[in-house]
Amino acid sequence: MSESLATVSYLGATILFILCLGGLSNQETARRGNLYGVIGMTIAVLATVLGPHVGTSGYAWLIGAMVVGASIGLYAARTVQMTQMPELVALMHSMVGLAAMLVGFANYIDPVASAHMSGAEKAIHEVEIYVGILIGAVTFSGSVIAFGKLSGKISGNPLLLPARHWINLAGLLVVIYFGREFLRAGSVGEGMTPLIVMTVIALLFGIHMVMAIGGADMPVVVSMLNSYSGWAAAATGFMLSNDLLIVTGALVGSSGAILSYIMCAAMNRHFISVIAGGFGTGGGTPAAAGAAQPAGEVVAISAPDTAELLREAKNVIIVPGYGMAVAQAQHTVYEITRLLREKGVNVRFGIHPVAGRMPGHMNVLLAEAKVPYDIVQEMDELNDDFPQTDVAMVIGANDIVNPGAQDDPTSPIAGMPVLEVWKAKTSIVMKRSMASGYAGVDNPLFYKENNRMLFGDAKKMLDEVLVALKA
Amino acid sequence: MPLTIGVPKEIAPGEKRVATVPEVVEKLIKLGFAVRVETGAGDAANVSDDVFRAAGAEVVDNATALWSSSDIIFKVRGPTAEEVNLLRPGSTLVSFIWPAQNPELLQQLAARQVTVLAMDSVPRISRAQKLDALSSMANIAGYRAVIEAAHHFGRFFTGQITAAGKVPPAKVFVIGAGVAGLAAIGAASGLGAIVRANDTRPEVGDQVKSMGGEFVTVDYQEEGSGVGGYAKVMSEGFQKAQREVFAKQAKEVDIIITTALIPGKPAPRLITSEMVQSMKPGSVIVDMAAEQGGNCELTEPGTVTVKHGVTIIGYADLPSRLAKQSSTLYATNLLRLTEELCKNKDGAIDVNMDDEVIRGTTVIKEGTITWPPPAPKLSAAPPAAPAAAAKPPVAAKSHGHGKGGSPMSGPAMATLFAAAAVVFWFIGANAPAAFLGHFTVFVLACFVGYMVVWNVTPALHTPLMSVTNAISSIIAIGALVQIAPPVDPGVSRPDEWIRWLAIGGIVLATINMFGGFAVTQRMLAMFRK
Repeated sequence: MSESLATVSYLGATILFILCLGGLSNQETARRGNLYGVIGMTIAVLATVLGPHVGTSGYAWLIGAMVVGASIGLYAARTVQMTQMPELVALMHSMVGLAAMLVGFANYIDPVASAHMSGAEKAIHEVEIYVGILIGAVTFSGSVIAFGKLSGKISGNPLLLPARHWINLAGLLVVIYFGREFLRAGSVGEGMTPLIVMTVIALLFGIHMVMAIGGADMPVVVSMLNSYSGWAAAATGFMLSNDLLIVTGALVGSSGAILSYIMCAAMNRHFISVIAGGFGTGGGTPAAAGAAQPAGEVVAISAPDTAELLREAKNVIIVPGYGMAVAQAQHTVYEITRLLREKGVNVRFGIHPVAGRMPGHMNVLLAEAKVPYDIVQEMDELNDDFPQTDVAMVIGANDIVNPGAQDDPTSPIAGMPVLEVWKAKTSIVMKRSMASGYAGVDNPLFYKENNRMLFGDAKKMLDEVLVALKA
Repeated sequence: MPLTIGVPKEIAPGEKRVATVPEVVEKLIKLGFAVRVETGAGDAANVSDDVFRAAGAEVVDNATALWSSSDIIFKVRGPTAEEVNLLRPGSTLVSFIWPAQNPELLQQLAARQVTVLAMDSVPRISRAQKLDALSSMANIAGYRAVIEAAHHFGRFFTGQITAAGKVPPAKVFVIGAGVAGLAAIGAASGLGAIVRANDTRPEVGDQVKSMGGEFVTVDYQEEGSGVGGYAKVMSEGFQKAQREVFAKQAKEVDIIITTALIPGKPAPRLITSEMVQSMKPGSVIVDMAAEQGGNCELTEPGTVTVKHGVTIIGYADLPSRLAKQSSTLYATNLLRLTEELCKNKDGAIDVNMDDEVIRGTTVIKEGTITWPPPAPKLSAAPPAAPAAAAKPPVAAKSHGHGKGGSPMSGPAMATLFAAAAVVFWFIGANAPAAFLGHFTVFVLACFVGYMVVWNVTPALHTPLMSVTNAISSIIAIGALVQIAPPVDPGVSRPDEWIRWLAIGGIVLATINMFGGFAVTQRMLAMFRK
């Protein structure tokens, strides 16, 4: 295949990728969108393999490598639980990051890559390598830590080193200094030391950055790492002078950036402050010790009484949170929903943008449990309907239904948009205990007169509710 | 010299209304007008000449004299050909005209060199509600339809348990929940009936409930709201689904009241003769669309007939059957119109064609036909926004990755542009041409990504992330081209190292590629309606 033919194939692949992202904009076209992505990727890979840059001697190696990769990937995709999606996505980001690093190193030691370059061109090429490896390394280590946190292998509490901003700043200066050294290096051997030092610093920086972010901010982190993996691909594209990589990387990068922004807006937080970290204290002491603590009686309710309330209701809104994912309760929730809908109860789901541990997490879980997506609504779509709602059921969510965000200007989550469940005639909160949520803020909702607490494991309690409903 | 408003006696057979009432006469005189009423004009509406005189109106014995001496004529029904000839050139006529249905009348009036304001053409905007005579008449008609139905129906409306036995409540089905339909729902539920209603416009469901009715939907997706809050013609598929619903209701209910009208079109045939046959003997149908051809196939306009044991009421003059009430409301509508025309209260009128309400109402201005008016700017009830395409309601703003968007304050925008300009200048001044090509592609791709992703619905954020993740494994290409590139002879290359690094890259990227696409597919397959 000639150079021009390869370029045209790349152009086709680019268009398919854009169509792919565009197709994901709604449920009807999403599957086709994914298909476009697959076709685009196939074209891109085939054009590269058959193109002028790959000699026949490499076929055996690359086919072997791809078969190994493909089988691992497909196996992982088959076996992953939907509740583990955030972990899987984080792990996959780390692979892109690591791949970008490896490609960067390979490119640097390859004399062919920079054979015909000199002066500014060579300098730019080397900067591209340096930046590409930097982004790749940050993405890699950051994603690995995010994976650890999401899967519970590492505590969700933010790790706050003293003077952490200074550490980051010092790291940045060192990286810049070694960047200069790297550009000055005369040979590949001399350049290797600064490159490796920078890589180590970048890896540490990635670890430090994600360690400092609390569990509640995980949706932002996951989408941010998604964005980074895109920028890493784009940087590799610059390094290899490959427009397809640049375009695709930029698409992914900006998509991740927008998602991060949407998540931040949903929490009423500034992007920088999320990245600077240290927000979610993971269930320790209330963060606003000085603020007025909500007081009053917490009224518990039993599962049969909950079923009774649901049966008599006309309008029910269910607000799921991470707790539902942890307890794997989505199927029971669906059973209850189906039963209630058959009885003519109008059941809807209210999804807060940051419910769960990654953007859209709840939607995926509910979809897995076969909940029809037209009754799964966004916060803005149904927040005004709570006053006409008979029962609002909160399953394993806390901060996203905290009235303190609206009433209490001293609350750490003040100003964050929340689902106004307390405006329903009755709200039922399913919770394991009275512990506070990720933001570490006590929730005045629990003490409201029209609120009932259904204590216990979400799955177990919902099963009981289901049995009582069927009776 | 104040203008004279003349109110002739309605000559259409059976028309009992009159275009003004004494209370309104007083107010018109306060606005500076002189009012003349033909003798006997209000008799059918129980308003005697004496009461008109007491209110300050002059009672004229002779219709010809009244028409020729009046500058403005207030009427209910559109004028007959004889009446048109009585109009003085240069005078103004206010009445129902129905210009779409009566083009000849429009021509005759235009030839007479008069100004005509049609009370049926008042635009459907909030400001014009007070002079919307169609609504006030429809309200009366809806009420009267229930009364007529009750009159012909052999049972109570309300359910009762008496010493003489149990009485089930009457079931009423109202088709078309416009003003008339809502009034009928209110009247029928006020009498104690169980009321159901259907309308092609889904947004009126809440209004139906507020009047005490139950909204029966047709299970077929189509938006039925036309311009101006009226209904429009529906598709064949919808009509079929609708007929099934009606057929089912016909078997269950005792009374059907139909009010379905589409502006400028014959009334839709909604009740077939089979449906009439399927109704219980003694049931009643009130066809309020009788004048426009009727919603029921068996309707005979203007009369009451009994077919298949079902009484079908086709009166076209329901408002007139409540003459006093409808005269009062109509007269008040005319008064409000007069106030709009006479802002200075000096007894003179100004047909201001820049005023949206007056523009819409005026069908002939000084002999020139000005109908139809330009389309109203706003629908009375804005159509419901499609919920599925909801977008994240957050405004685009600059964020951590140095990209800008709207809306942004002026100075912030300027700063961003200035910064971008400096960066671009720096790159342009220093970078080699080859780099700039790639840079162009990069920046444009960022913008494309930005535009595309804003439209993604939040429910799909997880699939979006996993698919972008799969796509970012395009980095495999970077590794592929390194595994065995064509090498110039004589160049030494650390093949082993590069190969293993590249293979590592390929493995990682393909895990991602296959895993990402497969898991996205799996997730998307779960989303169902």
